[in-house]
Order: sequence, then C-alpha cells, then structure tokens
Amino acid sequence: MTLPSTVKRVLPQLAALLVILALNTAIAPGFLDIAYANGRLYGSLIDILNRGAPVALLAVGMTLVIATRGIDLSVGAVMAICGAVAAALITSDHSLAATILATLGVGILCGLWNGALVAFLGIQPIIATLILMVAGRGIAQLITEGVILTFNVPGLIFVGSGSIIGVPFPVILWIVIGIAAALIFRTTALGLLVEAIGINRRASALAGIGTSALLLAVYAASGLCASVAGIVAAADIRGADANNAGLWLELDAILAVVVGGNSLMGGRFSIAGSLIGAMIIQSVNTGILLAGFPPEFNLVIKAAIIVVILVVQSPASHTLFAFVRHRPGRATEAPTHAAETKEEAAR
Amino acid sequence: MTSSRLFPLATTFVIFLIAYGLCIAEFPNMLSTRVLGNLLTDNAFLGIAAVGMTFVILSGGIDLSIGSVIAFTGVFLAVSMGDWGVPPVVALVMVLVLTTAFGALMGAMIHYLAMPPFIVTLAGMFFARGMAFLISIESVPIRAELYDTLQGLYYRMPGGGRLSFIGVSMLAVVLLGILIAHFTSFGRNVYAIGGNRQSAELMGVPIARTTILIYALSSFLAGLAGIAFSLYTSAGYSLAAVGVELDAIAAVVIGGTLLTGGSGYVAGTLLGILIMGLIQTYIVFDGTLSSWWTKIVIGMLLFSFIALQRGLVWLSARRRGAAMPA
Repeated sequence: MTLPSTVKRVLPQLAALLVILALNTAIAPGFLDIAYANGRLYGSLIDILNRGAPVALLAVGMTLVIATRGIDLSVGAVMAICGAVAAALITSDHSLAATILATLGVGILCGLWNGALVAFLGIQPIIATLILMVAGRGIAQLITEGVILTFNVPGLIFVGSGSIIGVPFPVILWIVIGIAAALIFRTTALGLLVEAIGINRRASALAGIGTSALLLAVYAASGLCASVAGIVAAADIRGADANNAGLWLELDAILAVVVGGNSLMGGRFSIAGSLIGAMIIQSVNTGILLAGFPPEFNLVIKAAIIVVILVVQSPASHTLFAFVRHRPGRATEAPTHAAETKEEAAR
Repeated sequence: MTSSRLFPLATTFVIFLIAYGLCIAEFPNMLSTRVLGNLLTDNAFLGIAAVGMTFVILSGGIDLSIGSVIAFTGVFLAVSMGDWGVPPVVALVMVLVLTTAFGALMGAMIHYLAMPPFIVTLAGMFFARGMAFLISIESVPIRAELYDTLQGLYYRMPGGGRLSFIGVSMLAVVLLGILIAHFTSFGRNVYAIGGNRQSAELMGVPIARTTILIYALSSFLAGLAGIAFSLYTSAGYSLAAVGVELDAIAAVVIGGTLLTGGSGYVAGTLLGILIMGLIQTYIVFDGTLSSWWTKIVIGMLLFSFIALQRGLVWLSARRRGAAMPA
C-alpha cells in the first residue's frame, strides 16, 4: 500500500473535516487561533484534538473489530472498569507503572472475553459484547464501591492533562497508538487477514487463516484501546466515575469508524479514516457550542450524519448510481454486496 | 423440534420458580400480592416495550431506539398537555401516531437501504433523544385529570396488593402480543423472516411490508411504554429511560428467544421481565446489597442463556448431521 492511495482513500473525510472547520471559523472568528501559555498550547483546534482523544482511541480498536464484520459495544463499559481499576490501584499506593500495566491488562482481559465468545462460542458480536456492556458498569461500581474514587497522583493525572512540548498528552497518545496500529496492520499481512475474515470468515478459515486467534487478538486490541481511553478519561477528571465514564462513547466510536468511510459490513478498513472521523465528530460538537446552539442539537445532527452515510453506503443506492452512470464495474459489485447482506440475514 | 424450541422457555420458567422459591425461603414476606403487584407496576413500561422488542428480535433484527422513544413520548405528552394546551386524549393519540410513523420510517430504511437494523435504529435513538431534548431539557410535571383518574384505578387483590392500571395494561399487551405472534399472518411472517429470510422471500412472504410493520409495532409499543412510564412518574423528562433498550433485549433473551431470530415466545419475555424485577426486589429486601449487583446478575443470566442457546443450536445441527456455518 503506497502513501498516495492511503491519502486518496481518506480524501472525502479530510474534505468534510476542512469544510466543518471552515464553518466553525466563519461562526467564531477566533477559532483558528492557537496560543502558547504556561508550557502548553491553547486554542479551539487543540481543544478538539484533546477532547476527541477518548473517541479517537476507541475508534482505533473499533476499526479493527468492524473490519472483521464485528462490533464492540462494550468499550464504554470497559473504559469505566479500567478507570475504576486504575483509581483503585493508585489510591492503594501501588506504583504508577504497576497501576498502568495492570489496567491495560484488565482491558486486554475484557477484550479476550469478548473475543472468546465470538471466536469459540460463535455468538454474534453485537450480542457477545452486549453482555459486558450490561455487566461492565456493575463491575466498575463493584470496584469503586459505588463512589467516585478520586486520586491526586501527579503521574497519573499527567496522562489526562499533562503536555509534552506544549502538546496535550492525550493527543500524543491517540496519534502514537493510531500510527502504531496502522504500522502493525498495514506493514504486515495482518491487515489483509483481518479484512479476509470480514469478507468471509469461513472461507478464510478454510484458506488456512487462524481466524479464532485473529478474532481474539482484534477484540483484545479493542479492549486495550478502551483501557487507554479509560485511563485518559479518569485522569482527566482525577477520579473514576463508574456510572458516567465512557457512557455512550461506544456509539460515538462506531460513528467515528463509519464516518471514516469504513463499511459496517467489514472487509476493509482505514485507521486514518476513523481517526479523522473522530475529529469530525468532535469538530461538529465544538461547532454547535460555538454557534450558540443548545448542545441538544448534537444528537439530531449525529442522527442526520448517520442517515446520510447510510444512504451513501447502502447497496441499494450503489445499484442506483450504477444505473445512472452506466458503469459496468459498479453494477457487478452491487448485486454481490446485496447477496452478502441476504446471506448474513439468512444466518 | 418443538420440544427443543420449548426448552429455553421451560428453563426460564423453572429458573423463575426456583429464584422466587429461594427469595421466599429467605424473606417469607416476598410471597405476598403486594410484592407481586409492585413487580407488575414497576416493570410495566419495560414489559410493554419488551413485547415490541420480542417481535424485532424474532425477525432477526434489533431496535436500539426504544429508550429514546419512551423519553420522547413522556416529554411530548408533558409539554403538549401543559404548555400547548392540547387535550390529553388528543395528545395521547398524536404521540402514538408520531412514534408509529417513526418506527415505520426506520423499518423502511432498514429494508430499502438494506442496512443493518443496528445502525439504522442507532440513528433513530440519537434522533428521538435529540427531539426530546429540543422540546424540553427539564423534567416537566404532568397535570391532567385523565392522569389522576388512570393513576387512581387499581384492583385491590386479597392480601392488600394493588393491581394497578399500568400493570394490567402490560399484561394485556403481552396477551395481545401472544395472539399476534401465533394467530395472525403477520406473526407467521415475522417467524418466517427470522428463521430464514431468503426462504421466506421465496415462499412469498411480503418482506418489505412485514419489516416496516415490525419496526412500526416496536415503536408504537415504545410509545405506549412511554405513556405507561409517564403515568408511573407523572412527568416527562428527556433524560429518562436511558438504556431501557438494553434491559428489554436482556429480558427477551432471558425469556428464551433466540437472538438469531425465528424462535421464541412473547410469554417468555414476560418471564424475563419478572426475573429481572425479582432480582431488584430481592436486592431491596436484602438492604445490604448494592443496586449494581442487578447489572452483574443480569449480565451473568444473559451469558448463561446465550451459551444455552448456542448449545441447543449446536446440538440440533449435529442431530441433523449438517455442518453449521459459523
């Protein structure tokens, strides 16, 4: 995969992001200003990058899961569990390194649980991860014993609100993790294998791909991303809130992946696209606030965005486009897509 | 085949009896019509919504929008009766028409755009909640004579328990659901689509009409659940009923309905609701357990039922000697 094709793939997303940023600038003239004070960069743009960090982190893992034609509904609950674990460990005087390692381990364990249900028990991903989504917040409450566990350890707080050379640490985290994931999956055959599972899991298994191991790994990766996001969210407010940490973020993460041009049918993915998707969502949120609209508009606009993407992605409209344009390549693609959908429904 | 289909339902029923028995052994007071009456009243709105969810899941779909629709219904009723001065009966009819049309629209999108129900109803969830927010972000009290009369309606059971209006409504909806599922062509079509969509289409089942009707029915019942919820709380609040869709899905699954569609019973959903209500009642009676145990126990129940279902599917596939695609 050469660089130009990667960039080409996310061009529509980049264009959408630029349009939204331009709109924001038109609404609030000072939107693009970036100031440097107290060893940290300030400004609306930096704020978008920083506030979008949890969703961006979740979107990295979610992209991989969706590429296998799965979905991970549990990431919000895993964030809550991991935030609670981190807060509980650090307040009982464990070292920072031990706390973070243990928390990441818990995230991976949560992911492995989901992965095992999907890979070995053959449960549909949406249902398999629903279990942890329902039980996860209860588990998080159990760890925090029903209170908001606060902590005041500089090392952990740094993860949420520190900065390196002026750049907020959460921003560095999601960019580094995004690049790392892209490198791991795109410079090796892993990405291809993940896509193969998404296109046809059974055929992939017959072709000799270790589908079970890969599915486990992909869900574990999603759990890992969720635990990093959980640490960031907890460190940001200096406390673990089992009820509200990561609440509904799984939906934002899925939305980010879909906005990023990835199909929910799996089979292809672009991590860069998902990250841009996360930033688009955050820019829309910020734009709504800047425009003086009540934040309640957010949900209606998100719904509208989903509907537009659905119409664009839908096999039915592909057939329509093909009909209008008379392009044979597209026309042959659309029916196979529709057939796949039917096959999925038949199961 | 019939016996293996009935097995999950029978399991649920046995679990409910055992659970209730254990509860009574520990707290003899739980065997009273008061507890039973409250169980029905407290879970009435969830039960009504879960009947709709049962049809959706029977058809192999999912509806994530019902919690938001319940909240929208409450807010719409409160504001239309209070601020806009709409007569209560007109407001009730209006909200049911709105929610039904909303569901039909989602069903049409699912069918004609050929997109997964999950993402379409996710958009519906955002939209309905957003609309509720746009109407009012405050908790609006409902003051209407009709509400006072309906709230005052109850049948006093022997032992002092109250069989409230919304509790009875829930039972009526469950009964109607059973009738629709088993004695109408719509019900048969739902089972057919959930069993195998392609075969159903080849057999001449009207897929488009049935899909639209399924989601319309689900949203209509969510609207009805919203009315029950507003009767229960006497208020409309746009942040109410968050996550009710998950409780409803859990109740349906615990009730023995196969998540892949095509197999299950509306009656099982009622049992699922009662089991979940029982867990909450037990926690209240115990007094030392925290409410988050509810979520954990429901999660564990969900897991055991899904594992049980997988086991049954695997067994029946082996019996037929056919290889099941994963």
